Amino acid sequence: MNYLFHLLTSCCLYSIITVGLNLVVGMAGLPSFGHAAFAAVSSYAAALTALHLGVSPWIGILIGTAVASLAGAVVGAVSLRLREDYLALATFGIGLLVASVARNWTSMTRGPLGLGNLPTLTLGPCSLGSPPAFFAVSALALLASFLFSYCVAASPFGRVLRAIREDEIAIMTYGKNTTRYKVTIFTVGAALAGLGGSLTAFYVQYISPDTFTVMDSVLLVLMVILGGMGSLGGPLLGAFVLVLAPEILRFVGLPAGIAPWARQLIYGALLVALMLRRPQGVLGRVSSGPVR
Amino acid sequence: MALEVLDLRKEFDGLVAVDQVSFRVEHGKVTALIGPNGSGKTTIFHLITGLVVPTRGDVVLDGRSLRGLAPFQVFRQGVARTFQNIRLFRDMSVMENVMLVHRYAGGGETLAAAIARRRLTKKEDETARAAALSSLKMVGLEAKKDALAGTLSHGQRKLLELARAVAADAQVLLLDEPTAGVFPDTREKIHQLVRQLASAGRMILFIEHDMRFVASVADQIIALNHGCKIAEGAPDVVLANEAVVAAFLGPQAHVQCRAPKPDSDAGDHGV
Repeated sequence: MNYLFHLLTSCCLYSIITVGLNLVVGMAGLPSFGHAAFAAVSSYAAALTALHLGVSPWIGILIGTAVASLAGAVVGAVSLRLREDYLALATFGIGLLVASVARNWTSMTRGPLGLGNLPTLTLGPCSLGSPPAFFAVSALALLASFLFSYCVAASPFGRVLRAIREDEIAIMTYGKNTTRYKVTIFTVGAALAGLGGSLTAFYVQYISPDTFTVMDSVLLVLMVILGGMGSLGGPLLGAFVLVLAPEILRFVGLPAGIAPWARQLIYGALLVALMLRRPQGVLGRVSSGPVR
Repeated sequence: MALEVLDLRKEFDGLVAVDQVSFRVEHGKVTALIGPNGSGKTTIFHLITGLVVPTRGDVVLDGRSLRGLAPFQVFRQGVARTFQNIRLFRDMSVMENVMLVHRYAGGGETLAAAIARRRLTKKEDETARAAALSSLKMVGLEAKKDALAGTLSHGQRKLLELARAVAADAQVLLLDEPTAGVFPDTREKIHQLVRQLASAGRMILFIEHDMRFVASVADQIIALNHGCKIAEGAPDVVLANEAVVAAFLGPQAHVQCRAPKPDSDAGDHGV
Protein backbone atom coordinates (compact mmCIF):
# COMPACT_ATOMS: atom_id res chain seq x y z
CA MET A 1 0.00 0.00 0.00
CA ASN A 2 2.86 2.34 0.85
CA TYR A 3 4.26 1.68 -2.63
CA LEU A 4 0.99 2.90 -4.15
CA PHE A 5 1.01 6.04 -2.00
CA HIS A 6 4.62 6.61 -2.96
CA LEU A 7 3.73 6.45 -6.65
CA LEU A 8 0.75 8.76 -6.21
CA THR A 9 2.88 11.22 -4.25
CA SER A 10 5.47 11.21 -7.07
CA CYS A 11 2.66 11.84 -9.56
CA CYS A 12 1.39 14.79 -7.53
CA LEU A 13 4.84 16.32 -7.06
CA TYR A 14 5.62 16.06 -10.78
CA SER A 15 2.17 17.42 -11.58
CA ILE A 16 2.74 20.54 -9.46
CA ILE A 17 5.83 21.27 -11.54
CA THR A 18 4.14 20.50 -14.86
CA VAL A 19 1.15 22.72 -14.01
CA GLY A 20 3.63 25.60 -13.74
CA LEU A 21 5.52 24.56 -16.84
CA ASN A 22 2.25 24.37 -18.77
CA LEU A 23 1.55 28.02 -17.98
CA VAL A 24 4.94 28.89 -19.50
CA VAL A 25 5.15 26.47 -22.43
CA GLY A 26 1.52 25.58 -23.14
CA MET A 27 -0.28 28.82 -22.42
CA ALA A 28 2.30 31.50 -23.26
CA GLY A 29 4.19 29.41 -25.83
CA LEU A 30 7.63 30.01 -24.31
CA PRO A 31 9.97 27.06 -24.76
CA SER A 32 11.64 26.18 -21.47
CA PHE A 33 14.01 23.24 -21.34
CA GLY A 34 15.55 24.00 -17.98
CA HIS A 35 12.52 23.97 -15.74
CA ALA A 36 13.87 21.29 -13.38
CA ALA A 37 16.63 23.76 -12.49
CA PHE A 38 14.08 25.87 -10.58
CA ALA A 39 12.97 22.80 -8.67
CA ALA A 40 16.63 22.07 -7.89
CA VAL A 41 17.34 25.63 -6.74
CA SER A 42 14.28 25.54 -4.51
CA SER A 43 15.07 22.12 -3.03
CA TYR A 44 18.61 23.21 -2.14
CA ALA A 45 17.39 26.52 -0.66
CA ALA A 46 14.77 24.71 1.41
CA ALA A 47 17.20 22.01 2.53
CA LEU A 48 20.00 24.41 3.42
CA THR A 49 17.76 26.72 5.45
CA ALA A 50 16.27 23.74 7.29
CA LEU A 51 19.66 22.17 7.99
CA HIS A 52 21.74 25.26 8.79
CA LEU A 53 19.21 27.74 10.13
CA GLY A 54 17.01 25.16 11.77
CA VAL A 55 13.82 26.63 10.35
CA SER A 56 10.67 24.54 10.08
CA PRO A 57 10.32 22.61 6.81
CA TRP A 58 7.17 24.65 6.10
CA ILE A 59 9.24 27.83 6.24
CA GLY A 60 11.87 26.02 4.16
CA ILE A 61 9.23 25.32 1.50
CA LEU A 62 8.22 28.99 1.48
CA ILE A 63 11.84 30.10 1.23
CA GLY A 64 12.58 27.54 -1.50
CA THR A 65 9.55 28.67 -3.51
CA ALA A 66 10.53 32.33 -3.08
CA VAL A 67 14.12 31.65 -4.18
CA ALA A 68 12.91 29.73 -7.23
CA SER A 69 10.56 32.64 -8.13
CA LEU A 70 13.43 35.08 -7.83
CA ALA A 71 15.62 32.85 -10.00
CA GLY A 72 12.75 32.62 -12.53
CA ALA A 73 12.33 36.39 -12.57
CA VAL A 74 16.06 36.96 -13.15
CA VAL A 75 16.34 34.27 -15.84
CA GLY A 76 13.11 35.51 -17.44
CA ALA A 77 14.17 39.17 -17.46
CA VAL A 78 17.50 38.26 -19.06
CA SER A 79 16.43 35.61 -21.56
CA LEU A 80 12.84 36.33 -22.56
CA ARG A 81 13.82 38.94 -25.11
CA LEU A 82 15.41 36.16 -27.12
CA ARG A 83 13.75 34.54 -30.10
CA GLU A 84 12.04 31.21 -29.41
CA ASP A 85 14.86 28.91 -30.58
CA TYR A 86 17.51 30.85 -28.68
CA LEU A 87 15.27 30.94 -25.63
CA ALA A 88 15.05 27.15 -25.73
CA LEU A 89 18.86 26.95 -25.82
CA ALA A 90 19.25 29.54 -23.07
CA THR A 91 16.87 27.72 -20.71
CA PHE A 92 18.65 24.44 -21.44
CA GLY A 93 21.90 26.21 -20.55
CA ILE A 94 20.40 27.37 -17.24
CA GLY A 95 19.63 23.73 -16.45
CA LEU A 96 23.23 22.73 -17.11
CA LEU A 97 24.51 25.66 -15.09
CA VAL A 98 22.44 24.83 -12.01
CA ALA A 99 23.42 21.15 -12.20
CA SER A 100 27.07 22.13 -12.46
CA VAL A 101 26.86 24.48 -9.47
CA ALA A 102 25.10 21.82 -7.38
CA ARG A 103 27.80 19.30 -8.25
CA ASN A 104 30.83 21.54 -7.79
CA TRP A 105 30.01 23.96 -4.99
CA THR A 106 30.83 21.27 -2.50
CA SER A 107 31.27 23.55 0.50
CA MET A 108 27.61 24.48 0.24
CA THR A 109 25.90 21.52 -1.46
CA ARG A 110 28.31 18.68 -0.55
CA GLY A 111 28.52 18.01 -4.27
CA PRO A 112 27.61 14.49 -5.44
CA LEU A 113 27.20 13.36 -1.80
CA GLY A 114 24.13 15.52 -1.54
CA LEU A 115 22.33 16.80 1.54
CA GLY A 116 20.70 14.18 3.73
CA ASN A 117 18.86 13.92 7.02
CA LEU A 118 16.38 16.61 6.13
CA PRO A 119 13.70 17.07 8.77
CA THR A 120 10.26 15.55 8.34
CA LEU A 121 7.21 17.70 7.69
CA THR A 122 5.06 17.94 10.80
CA LEU A 123 1.68 19.36 11.65
CA GLY A 124 1.66 20.15 15.37
CA PRO A 125 2.59 16.92 17.08
CA CYS A 126 1.80 14.77 14.01
CA SER A 127 4.51 13.68 11.61
CA LEU A 128 3.61 13.90 7.94
CA GLY A 129 6.51 11.71 6.87
CA SER A 130 4.49 8.56 6.20
CA PRO A 131 3.54 7.88 2.56
CA PRO A 132 -0.24 8.36 3.09
CA ALA A 133 0.25 11.60 5.05
CA PHE A 134 2.70 13.05 2.54
CA PHE A 135 0.38 12.02 -0.28
CA ALA A 136 -2.35 14.12 1.37
CA VAL A 137 0.02 17.11 1.60
CA SER A 138 1.16 16.81 -2.02
CA ALA A 139 -2.43 16.28 -3.25
CA LEU A 140 -3.53 19.48 -1.47
CA ALA A 141 -0.58 21.38 -2.94
CA LEU A 142 -1.50 20.04 -6.39
CA LEU A 143 -5.13 21.08 -5.92
CA ALA A 144 -4.02 24.60 -4.99
CA SER A 145 -1.68 24.74 -8.00
CA PHE A 146 -4.42 23.53 -10.31
CA LEU A 147 -6.93 26.10 -9.02
CA PHE A 148 -4.31 28.81 -9.42
CA SER A 149 -3.70 27.67 -13.00
CA TYR A 150 -7.45 27.65 -13.66
CA CYS A 151 -7.82 31.23 -12.39
CA VAL A 152 -4.95 32.36 -14.63
CA ALA A 153 -6.36 30.57 -17.69
CA ALA A 154 -9.84 31.99 -17.25
CA SER A 155 -8.70 35.58 -16.68
CA PRO A 156 -7.92 38.49 -19.02
CA PHE A 157 -4.27 37.95 -17.99
CA GLY A 158 -4.47 34.40 -19.35
CA ARG A 159 -6.08 35.69 -22.52
CA VAL A 160 -3.08 37.91 -23.16
CA LEU A 161 -0.75 34.94 -22.57
CA ARG A 162 -2.62 32.91 -25.19
CA ALA A 163 -2.42 35.87 -27.57
CA ILE A 164 1.36 36.00 -27.02
CA ARG A 165 1.54 32.31 -27.88
CA GLU A 166 -0.40 32.85 -31.09
CA ASP A 167 1.13 36.08 -32.36
CA GLU A 168 3.35 38.19 -30.16
CA ILE A 169 3.85 40.95 -32.73
CA ALA A 170 0.12 41.45 -33.16
CA ILE A 171 -0.61 41.68 -29.45
CA MET A 172 2.38 43.97 -28.96
CA THR A 173 0.93 46.44 -31.45
CA TYR A 174 -2.35 46.32 -29.51
CA GLY A 175 -0.86 47.84 -26.40
CA LYS A 176 0.35 44.86 -24.38
CA ASN A 177 3.80 44.96 -22.85
CA THR A 178 4.58 41.37 -23.74
CA THR A 179 7.92 41.29 -21.93
CA ARG A 180 6.17 42.06 -18.65
CA TYR A 181 3.62 39.29 -19.19
CA LYS A 182 6.30 36.80 -20.18
CA VAL A 183 8.54 37.56 -17.21
CA THR A 184 5.53 37.36 -14.87
CA ILE A 185 4.42 33.95 -16.09
CA PHE A 186 7.99 32.64 -16.17
CA THR A 187 8.31 33.69 -12.54
CA VAL A 188 5.04 31.95 -11.68
CA GLY A 189 6.15 28.80 -13.50
CA ALA A 190 9.43 28.84 -11.60
CA ALA A 191 7.55 29.33 -8.31
CA LEU A 192 5.40 26.24 -8.93
CA ALA A 193 8.53 24.28 -9.88
CA GLY A 194 9.99 25.56 -6.62
CA LEU A 195 6.99 24.36 -4.65
CA GLY A 196 7.24 20.91 -6.21
CA GLY A 197 11.02 20.85 -5.72
CA SER A 198 11.06 21.80 -2.04
CA LEU A 199 8.20 19.38 -1.26
CA THR A 200 10.22 16.65 -2.99
CA ALA A 201 13.25 17.50 -0.83
CA PHE A 202 11.28 17.03 2.39
CA TYR A 203 9.52 13.94 1.05
CA VAL A 204 12.72 12.12 0.10
CA GLN A 205 14.62 13.83 2.95
CA TYR A 206 17.68 13.90 0.75
CA ILE A 207 18.72 15.88 -2.29
CA SER A 208 21.66 15.65 -4.64
CA PRO A 209 22.56 16.94 -8.12
CA ASP A 210 20.79 13.83 -9.44
CA THR A 211 17.44 14.70 -7.86
CA PHE A 212 16.58 17.20 -10.61
CA THR A 213 18.74 16.81 -13.70
CA VAL A 214 18.68 18.24 -17.20
CA MET A 215 16.97 15.04 -18.31
CA ASP A 216 14.22 15.76 -15.80
CA SER A 217 13.64 19.07 -17.58
CA VAL A 218 13.17 17.16 -20.82
CA LEU A 219 10.85 14.69 -19.07
CA LEU A 220 8.76 17.59 -17.71
CA VAL A 221 8.37 19.07 -21.19
CA LEU A 222 7.44 15.62 -22.45
CA MET A 223 4.75 15.33 -19.76
CA VAL A 224 3.22 18.65 -20.83
CA ILE A 225 3.32 17.78 -24.53
CA LEU A 226 1.92 14.31 -23.95
CA GLY A 227 -0.96 15.55 -21.82
CA GLY A 228 -1.79 18.39 -24.19
CA MET A 229 -0.08 21.77 -24.17
CA GLY A 230 -2.28 24.60 -22.98
CA SER A 231 -5.04 22.37 -21.65
CA LEU A 232 -5.60 22.54 -17.90
CA GLY A 233 -5.78 18.80 -17.26
CA GLY A 234 -3.06 17.88 -19.74
CA PRO A 235 -0.01 18.40 -17.52
CA LEU A 236 -1.58 16.29 -14.76
CA LEU A 237 -2.41 13.50 -17.16
CA GLY A 238 1.07 13.64 -18.70
CA ALA A 239 2.75 13.49 -15.29
CA PHE A 240 0.60 10.61 -14.08
CA VAL A 241 1.10 8.61 -17.30
CA LEU A 242 4.86 9.10 -17.47
CA VAL A 243 5.40 8.37 -13.78
CA LEU A 244 3.12 5.34 -13.70
CA ALA A 245 3.86 3.79 -17.12
CA PRO A 246 7.37 2.47 -16.26
CA GLU A 247 5.98 1.08 -12.99
CA ILE A 248 3.06 -0.65 -14.72
CA LEU A 249 5.47 -2.17 -17.25
CA ARG A 250 7.24 -3.87 -14.33
CA PHE A 251 4.20 -6.12 -14.01
CA VAL A 252 3.94 -7.13 -17.68
CA GLY A 253 5.87 -10.32 -16.98
CA LEU A 254 8.84 -9.83 -19.27
CA PRO A 255 11.70 -12.38 -18.99
CA ALA A 256 14.21 -11.21 -16.41
CA GLY A 257 17.13 -11.05 -18.87
CA ILE A 258 15.52 -8.56 -21.21
CA ALA A 259 13.09 -6.81 -18.86
CA PRO A 260 14.99 -3.54 -18.23
CA TRP A 261 15.69 -2.62 -21.85
CA ALA A 262 12.41 -4.11 -23.15
CA ARG A 263 10.49 -1.89 -20.73
CA GLN A 264 12.31 1.17 -22.07
CA LEU A 265 11.63 0.02 -25.63
CA ILE A 266 7.90 -0.42 -25.02
CA TYR A 267 7.77 2.87 -23.14
CA GLY A 268 9.50 4.70 -26.02
CA ALA A 269 7.36 3.01 -28.67
CA LEU A 270 4.16 3.97 -26.83
CA LEU A 271 5.26 7.60 -26.73
CA VAL A 272 6.12 7.63 -30.43
CA ALA A 273 2.79 5.99 -31.30
CA LEU A 274 0.87 8.51 -29.22
CA MET A 275 2.65 11.45 -30.80
CA LEU A 276 1.92 10.07 -34.26
CA ARG A 277 -1.77 9.61 -33.46
CA ARG A 278 -2.29 12.76 -31.39
CA PRO A 279 0.56 15.24 -31.85
CA GLN A 280 -1.44 17.83 -29.91
CA GLY A 281 -1.36 15.56 -26.83
CA VAL A 282 -4.11 13.52 -25.24
CA LEU A 283 -6.17 16.46 -23.96
CA GLY A 284 -4.92 19.07 -26.42
CA ARG A 285 -7.05 20.26 -29.30
CA VAL A 286 -5.92 20.53 -32.91
CA SER A 287 -7.19 24.09 -33.04
CA SER A 288 -7.98 25.04 -29.50
CA GLY A 289 -10.31 27.78 -28.44
CA PRO A 290 -10.28 29.43 -25.06
CA VAL A 291 -8.68 27.24 -22.44
CA ARG A 292 -11.34 25.87 -20.12
CA MET B 1 -2.44 68.85 -34.85
CA ALA B 2 -1.80 65.74 -36.92
CA LEU B 3 0.34 62.68 -37.50
CA GLU B 4 3.59 63.92 -39.03
CA VAL B 5 6.15 61.70 -40.68
CA LEU B 6 9.38 63.67 -40.83
CA ASP B 7 12.28 62.78 -43.12
CA LEU B 8 12.07 59.05 -42.40
CA ARG B 9 14.91 56.81 -43.56
CA LYS B 10 15.36 53.12 -42.93
CA GLU B 11 18.30 50.98 -44.01
CA PHE B 12 18.43 47.20 -43.66
CA ASP B 13 22.06 46.09 -43.84
CA GLY B 14 22.87 48.82 -46.33
CA LEU B 15 19.65 48.37 -48.35
CA VAL B 16 17.63 51.58 -48.22
CA ALA B 17 13.96 50.65 -47.78
CA VAL B 18 12.65 54.14 -47.03
CA ASP B 19 14.39 57.44 -47.68
CA GLN B 20 13.53 61.09 -47.05
CA VAL B 21 9.82 60.41 -46.68
CA SER B 22 7.79 63.16 -45.08
CA PHE B 23 4.05 63.67 -45.03
CA ARG B 24 1.23 64.72 -42.78
CA VAL B 25 -2.09 63.05 -41.96
CA GLU B 26 -4.74 65.41 -40.66
CA HIS B 27 -7.57 64.71 -38.22
CA GLY B 28 -10.70 63.65 -40.07
CA LYS B 29 -8.81 62.96 -43.29
CA VAL B 30 -8.25 59.73 -45.17
CA THR B 31 -4.79 59.40 -46.68
CA ALA B 32 -3.75 56.61 -49.03
CA LEU B 33 -0.20 55.32 -49.29
CA ILE B 34 0.33 53.78 -52.71
CA GLY B 35 3.23 52.34 -54.63
CA PRO B 36 4.41 49.17 -56.30
CA ASN B 37 5.47 46.14 -54.28
CA GLY B 38 8.68 46.83 -52.38
CA SER B 39 8.25 50.59 -52.43
CA GLY B 40 8.40 50.84 -48.63
CA LYS B 41 4.74 51.26 -47.70
CA THR B 42 4.54 48.55 -45.05
CA THR B 43 7.97 49.53 -43.74
CA ILE B 44 6.56 52.99 -43.10
CA PHE B 45 3.73 51.40 -41.07
CA HIS B 46 6.35 49.42 -39.12
CA LEU B 47 8.34 52.62 -38.53
CA ILE B 48 5.28 54.52 -37.30
CA THR B 49 4.19 51.72 -34.95
CA GLY B 50 7.64 51.11 -33.48
CA LEU B 51 8.12 47.59 -34.88
CA VAL B 52 11.14 48.93 -36.77
CA VAL B 53 13.40 51.72 -35.54
CA PRO B 54 14.13 54.43 -38.12
CA THR B 55 17.73 55.04 -39.19
CA ARG B 56 16.84 58.73 -39.35
CA GLY B 57 13.78 60.92 -39.01
CA ASP B 58 10.86 61.04 -36.65
CA VAL B 59 7.15 60.39 -36.31
CA VAL B 60 5.21 62.99 -34.36
CA LEU B 61 1.62 62.63 -33.19
CA ASP B 62 -0.09 65.82 -32.08
CA GLY B 63 3.28 67.31 -31.13
CA ARG B 64 4.62 64.20 -29.30
CA SER B 65 7.49 62.26 -30.82
CA LEU B 66 6.90 58.51 -31.18
CA ARG B 67 10.55 57.78 -31.94
CA GLY B 68 12.09 55.18 -29.66
CA LEU B 69 8.76 53.99 -28.26
CA ALA B 70 8.00 50.27 -28.16
CA PRO B 71 4.96 49.11 -30.19
CA PHE B 72 2.74 48.85 -27.11
CA GLN B 73 3.68 52.41 -26.14
CA VAL B 74 2.90 53.70 -29.63
CA PHE B 75 -0.52 52.05 -29.35
CA ARG B 76 -1.10 53.76 -26.03
CA GLN B 77 -0.30 57.09 -27.66
CA GLY B 78 -3.28 56.44 -29.96
CA VAL B 79 -2.04 54.54 -33.01
CA ALA B 80 -3.71 51.25 -34.03
CA ARG B 81 -3.04 49.21 -37.13
CA THR B 82 -4.02 46.23 -39.22
CA PHE B 83 -1.62 43.96 -41.11
CA GLN B 84 -1.14 43.08 -44.77
CA ASN B 85 -1.02 39.40 -43.82
CA ILE B 86 -3.97 39.21 -41.47
CA ARG B 87 -2.74 38.61 -37.93
CA LEU B 88 -5.66 37.30 -35.94
CA PHE B 89 -5.54 35.06 -32.89
CA ARG B 90 -6.95 32.13 -34.80
CA ASP B 91 -7.57 29.83 -31.85
CA MET B 92 -9.49 32.48 -29.94
CA SER B 93 -13.08 33.58 -30.46
CA VAL B 94 -14.01 36.61 -32.51
CA MET B 95 -15.13 38.35 -29.32
CA GLU B 96 -11.84 37.60 -27.53
CA ASN B 97 -9.89 38.90 -30.50
CA VAL B 98 -11.56 42.27 -30.13
CA MET B 99 -11.55 42.30 -26.31
CA LEU B 100 -7.77 41.92 -26.38
CA VAL B 101 -7.33 45.49 -27.57
CA HIS B 102 -9.23 46.85 -24.56
CA ARG B 103 -7.09 48.59 -22.00
CA TYR B 104 -7.92 47.45 -18.47
CA ALA B 105 -7.15 50.74 -16.77
CA GLY B 106 -8.17 49.37 -13.37
CA GLY B 107 -5.56 46.63 -13.52
CA GLY B 108 -7.97 43.83 -14.39
CA GLU B 109 -5.49 42.32 -16.81
CA THR B 110 -2.80 41.64 -14.21
CA LEU B 111 -1.91 38.39 -12.49
CA ALA B 112 -2.99 39.82 -9.14
CA ALA B 113 -6.43 40.55 -10.54
CA ALA B 114 -6.67 37.04 -11.99
CA ILE B 115 -6.12 35.52 -8.55
CA ALA B 116 -7.26 37.95 -5.90
CA ARG B 117 -9.48 40.63 -7.44
CA ARG B 118 -11.81 38.56 -9.53
CA ARG B 119 -14.86 40.79 -8.97
CA LEU B 120 -13.00 43.81 -10.33
CA THR B 121 -11.73 41.73 -13.25
CA LYS B 122 -15.26 40.60 -14.05
CA LYS B 123 -16.53 44.17 -14.00
CA GLU B 124 -13.78 45.40 -16.31
CA ASP B 125 -14.25 42.39 -18.53
CA GLU B 126 -17.94 43.27 -18.95
CA THR B 127 -16.97 46.77 -20.08
CA ALA B 128 -14.47 45.28 -22.54
CA ARG B 129 -17.12 42.87 -23.81
CA ALA B 130 -19.64 45.65 -24.39
CA ALA B 131 -17.08 47.76 -26.27
CA ALA B 132 -16.05 44.76 -28.36
CA LEU B 133 -19.65 43.96 -29.22
CA SER B 134 -20.22 47.53 -30.33
CA SER B 135 -17.21 47.30 -32.69
CA LEU B 136 -18.37 43.96 -34.03
CA LYS B 137 -21.79 45.47 -34.75
CA MET B 138 -20.10 48.28 -36.69
CA VAL B 139 -18.50 45.79 -39.06
CA GLY B 140 -21.46 43.38 -39.09
CA LEU B 141 -19.77 40.49 -37.31
CA GLU B 142 -21.83 40.38 -34.11
CA ALA B 143 -23.47 37.09 -35.17
CA LYS B 144 -20.02 35.50 -35.36
CA LYS B 145 -18.85 36.68 -31.94
CA ASP B 146 -18.50 33.17 -30.49
CA ALA B 147 -16.89 31.59 -33.56
CA LEU B 148 -13.17 30.87 -33.59
CA ALA B 149 -11.36 33.52 -35.64
CA GLY B 150 -9.61 30.78 -37.59
CA THR B 151 -12.94 29.58 -38.99
CA LEU B 152 -13.88 32.92 -40.59
CA SER B 153 -13.78 33.57 -44.32
CA HIS B 154 -11.10 35.89 -45.73
CA GLY B 155 -13.46 38.84 -45.94
CA GLN B 156 -14.71 38.28 -42.40
CA ARG B 157 -11.13 38.15 -41.17
CA LYS B 158 -10.45 41.50 -42.80
CA LEU B 159 -13.54 42.89 -41.07
CA LEU B 160 -12.44 41.42 -37.75
CA GLU B 161 -9.05 43.10 -38.05
CA LEU B 162 -10.89 46.33 -38.75
CA ALA B 163 -13.18 45.78 -35.76
CA ARG B 164 -10.11 45.34 -33.58
CA ALA B 165 -8.63 48.59 -34.85
CA VAL B 166 -11.95 50.36 -34.28
CA ALA B 167 -12.26 48.95 -30.76
CA ALA B 168 -8.83 50.35 -29.95
CA ASP B 169 -10.46 53.80 -30.04
CA ALA B 170 -7.24 55.18 -31.48
CA GLN B 171 -6.82 58.60 -33.04
CA VAL B 172 -4.75 57.15 -35.87
CA LEU B 173 -5.74 54.05 -37.81
CA LEU B 174 -3.18 52.47 -40.11
CA LEU B 175 -4.90 50.01 -42.44
CA ASP B 176 -2.64 47.76 -44.51
CA GLU B 177 -4.53 46.68 -47.66
CA PRO B 178 -7.95 46.59 -45.98
CA THR B 179 -9.79 45.45 -49.12
CA ALA B 180 -7.28 42.99 -50.57
CA GLY B 181 -9.09 39.91 -51.86
CA VAL B 182 -12.53 40.79 -50.48
CA PHE B 183 -15.89 40.66 -52.26
CA PRO B 184 -17.52 43.89 -53.51
CA ASP B 185 -20.10 44.02 -50.72
CA THR B 186 -17.36 43.76 -48.08
CA ARG B 187 -15.33 46.39 -49.90
CA GLU B 188 -18.33 48.70 -49.86
CA LYS B 189 -18.77 48.07 -46.14
CA ILE B 190 -15.11 48.91 -45.51
CA HIS B 191 -15.48 52.03 -47.68
CA GLN B 192 -18.40 53.27 -45.57
CA LEU B 193 -16.63 52.42 -42.34
CA VAL B 194 -13.47 54.28 -43.30
CA ARG B 195 -15.45 57.40 -44.20
CA GLN B 196 -17.50 57.09 -41.00
CA LEU B 197 -14.34 56.87 -38.88
CA ALA B 198 -12.83 59.86 -40.65
CA SER B 199 -16.01 61.85 -40.08
CA ALA B 200 -15.62 61.09 -36.38
CA GLY B 201 -12.23 62.84 -36.50
CA ARG B 202 -9.90 59.86 -36.80
CA MET B 203 -6.73 60.16 -38.86
CA ILE B 204 -6.69 57.32 -41.36
CA LEU B 205 -3.67 56.20 -43.35
CA PHE B 206 -4.15 53.17 -45.54
CA ILE B 207 -2.14 51.12 -48.01
CA GLU B 208 -4.06 49.86 -51.00
CA HIS B 209 -3.44 48.50 -54.49
CA ASP B 210 -7.04 48.89 -55.65
CA MET B 211 -6.88 52.35 -57.22
CA ARG B 212 -10.65 52.57 -57.65
CA PHE B 213 -11.04 52.16 -53.93
CA VAL B 214 -8.22 54.64 -53.32
CA ALA B 215 -9.74 57.23 -55.61
CA SER B 216 -13.17 56.87 -54.06
CA VAL B 217 -12.24 57.00 -50.39
CA ALA B 218 -9.01 59.00 -50.03
CA ASP B 219 -8.79 62.74 -49.43
CA GLN B 220 -5.12 62.71 -50.35
CA ILE B 221 -2.62 60.25 -51.76
CA ILE B 222 1.07 59.78 -51.07
CA ALA B 223 2.83 57.78 -53.79
CA LEU B 224 6.09 55.95 -53.17
CA ASN B 225 8.60 54.22 -55.38
CA HIS B 226 11.87 52.59 -54.31
CA GLY B 227 11.38 53.96 -50.80
CA CYS B 228 11.04 57.60 -51.90
CA LYS B 229 8.00 59.82 -52.12
CA ILE B 230 7.29 60.57 -55.78
CA ALA B 231 3.98 62.38 -55.52
CA GLU B 232 1.52 63.79 -52.99
CA GLY B 233 -1.85 65.47 -53.33
CA ALA B 234 -5.47 64.99 -54.29
CA PRO B 235 -6.40 61.60 -55.85
CA ASP B 236 -7.12 62.89 -59.36
CA VAL B 237 -3.82 64.76 -59.44
CA VAL B 238 -1.63 61.97 -58.06
CA LEU B 239 -3.22 59.17 -60.11
CA ALA B 240 -2.63 61.18 -63.29
CA ASN B 241 0.97 61.93 -62.35
CA GLU B 242 3.35 60.49 -64.94
CA ALA B 243 5.91 59.35 -62.38
CA VAL B 244 3.18 57.45 -60.51
CA VAL B 245 1.88 55.83 -63.71
CA ALA B 246 5.41 54.88 -64.69
CA ALA B 247 6.09 53.42 -61.23
CA PHE B 248 3.06 51.14 -61.47
CA LEU B 249 2.95 50.17 -65.13
CA GLY B 250 6.17 51.30 -66.75
CA PRO B 251 6.93 54.56 -68.57
CA GLN B 252 4.52 53.94 -71.50
CA ALA B 253 1.38 53.45 -69.46
CA HIS B 254 -1.25 56.00 -68.58
CA VAL B 255 -3.79 56.00 -65.80
CA GLN B 256 -7.18 57.61 -65.48
CA CYS B 257 -8.88 58.08 -62.17
CA ARG B 258 -12.31 56.46 -62.10
CA ALA B 259 -14.98 55.99 -59.48
CA PRO B 260 -15.55 52.37 -58.39
CA LYS B 261 -18.39 50.42 -59.98
CA PRO B 262 -20.60 48.89 -57.28
CA ASP B 263 -20.67 45.52 -59.04
CA SER B 264 -16.96 45.31 -59.88
CA ASP B 265 -15.06 42.06 -59.21
CA ALA B 266 -13.07 41.55 -56.02
CA GLY B 267 -9.70 41.09 -57.68
CA ASP B 268 -10.09 43.79 -60.31
CA HIS B 269 -7.64 46.54 -59.50
CA GLY B 270 -8.31 49.75 -61.36
CA VAL B 271 -4.91 51.11 -62.31
